[in-house]
Amino acid sequence: MNKTINQKAWFFVIPVFVLVAFNAIIPLMTVVNYAFQETFGNNVFMWEGTRWFKQIMLSERFHAALGRQFLFTFIILFIQIPLGIAIALSMPKEGLGVPVCLVLMSMPLLIPWNVVGAMWNIFALPDIGFLGHSLNALGFDYNFTQQSGDAWFTTILMDVWHWTSLVVLLSYAGLRSIQPAYYQAAEIDGASRWAVFTKIELPKMKKVLTIAILLRFMDSFMIYTEPFVLTGGGPGNATAFLSIDLVKMALGQFDLGPAAAMSLIYFFIVLLVCWVFYTLMMRNEAQS
Amino acid sequence: MSLELKNVEKIVGLNTHIHTTDLKLEKNTINILLGPTLSGKTTLMQIMAGLDKPTKGEIWFGGENVTGMKVQKRNVSMVYQQFINYPNFNVFDNIASPLKITGVKSSEINERVGKVAELLKLTGMLNKKPNELSGGQQQRTALARALVKDSDLILLDEPLANLDFKLREELREELPKLFENRDCIVVYATTEPSEALLLGGNTATLQEGKVIQYGKTLDVYNKPNSLVSAQVFSDPPMNITKIKKKGNDYSFINNNIQWKSKLNIKDGEYKIGIRPHNITTYKEGENSIEIKGKVLISELSGSESLIHFTNGDLSWVSLSNGVFQKNVGEEMSLYMNSDEFIYFDQNERLVING
Repeated sequence: MNKTINQKAWFFVIPVFVLVAFNAIIPLMTVVNYAFQETFGNNVFMWEGTRWFKQIMLSERFHAALGRQFLFTFIILFIQIPLGIAIALSMPKEGLGVPVCLVLMSMPLLIPWNVVGAMWNIFALPDIGFLGHSLNALGFDYNFTQQSGDAWFTTILMDVWHWTSLVVLLSYAGLRSIQPAYYQAAEIDGASRWAVFTKIELPKMKKVLTIAILLRFMDSFMIYTEPFVLTGGGPGNATAFLSIDLVKMALGQFDLGPAAAMSLIYFFIVLLVCWVFYTLMMRNEAQS
Repeated sequence: MSLELKNVEKIVGLNTHIHTTDLKLEKNTINILLGPTLSGKTTLMQIMAGLDKPTKGEIWFGGENVTGMKVQKRNVSMVYQQFINYPNFNVFDNIASPLKITGVKSSEINERVGKVAELLKLTGMLNKKPNELSGGQQQRTALARALVKDSDLILLDEPLANLDFKLREELREELPKLFENRDCIVVYATTEPSEALLLGGNTATLQEGKVIQYGKTLDVYNKPNSLVSAQVFSDPPMNITKIKKKGNDYSFINNNIQWKSKLNIKDGEYKIGIRPHNITTYKEGENSIEIKGKVLISELSGSESLIHFTNGDLSWVSLSNGVFQKNVGEEMSLYMNSDEFIYFDQNERLVING
């Protein structure tokens, strides 16, 4: 084999390399830099090794935030995925209803996140907000700014309102791609509605559902803006999810070292969970 | 036990999908619905199956009016153009699925599935999932599901259309055997005349939601009752032109081609249809008529040559046995046998065939 050696090819790689360097590698390396050193400003750094990582991994505050984060993500996945599928199943399949439903469904997705937070903040205020006031009028003792249960309830409700549509749209697309012949074949067999759902619709939606779960996992695991505007992490630390806690540590307390270590750990958790989930789903796919 | 459509009509919105149709399919027959895409084959099948209701008319099965009776109660099975199997069942469970739902004993299920699987050469694949199979095997699985049930009516909607050429040939040859010795009516929709001829049985030619002609497949092929029926049952397309007859003298109206014949038909104008294989590059029989042609395209397929040519304002196709390499634009002589002409009157009804 005679290979022609031509180093000019590097010129084609350089633009991408520079781009990636500037938007990913360099910022990430800054964080890495802070994660292993101590600084008091003036560009003076002292090597700390893995001290910040140990500190974070052992800190109860981090464990609590991580716990809240997983709990939140599991709750919203548990609600949004089945709810999204259910809505997609009950949406019209043809006619004028289709575009109307699709547009209505996309609305929440188009609203900027901080606006969603502000909307729900006002909506849920116990004295003047429609939701807060109505709940109190109905006899519930509801105050999301003071009771952590209510804060959780409101945050979850807000996220369900904001993001279920995404699951609906993906599921709907998955459902529409099933050829009508499948339904007819099931009808000829005399299969029940439930059997059609479990034996045809779910398996056929598997790929889009995998994507939906992944997207919803990542987004909810990294949620920041909406709860920040709605509750600010409060009352106390009740709704201080990982990202909120991280910002508090980095900008509130100016603990740059531990905050940098925490963000790296955070990053690896997201990466790990996504990788495990995706590999499992796809291995399943290869088997079936 | 026969399937009878009485005055069946299907209208969706403003479109008539099936024009008033009467059709009687007898027990133990293969019936082919032959027609181009959108000619109403699928709609007709869905009405036969009970998946769709006719707007008007009745469906009788075995002396019973089954119009509006649900498909589950009718003991029918259907195979589609797409390979329709339950995605997360293996081949065995797929084939067994219609039996399981009706509560057949598991020992009997094993036996029946085993038999059908053997018939369709699926024995080694019973543990595989549909997406591990080739297209041909997926369609075999779907066929097996349709056959395992002992249905009274088996509907096949272009089952070979999505298969590649080789698999199609292979399965096409096996199909007639599969339906032998079965106590049922088979309905088979296809766009391909060659499939109809291969399967035999009866054929209904369809065009734009109308059944044009129904009868024994060879009869429909040899004696099309109308120009449309002949066109539907001809691939490559039938060559058509207008002719004039006076006494024993016949001539093309727009071309300078003449011949003599002693057919017993009135003087006047007719349309004739000539099947492509009746126009050849060599003389066949006594009554060969020469026609000059300018080659448009020539296609060689194995042992046959398909030559598209023009003569005046005619643009025709000829199909000859043997390989004839022709260049585009080349002038050549072709021959047609006047005995093979099919004559239609001004209303495009059959006058006489050859």
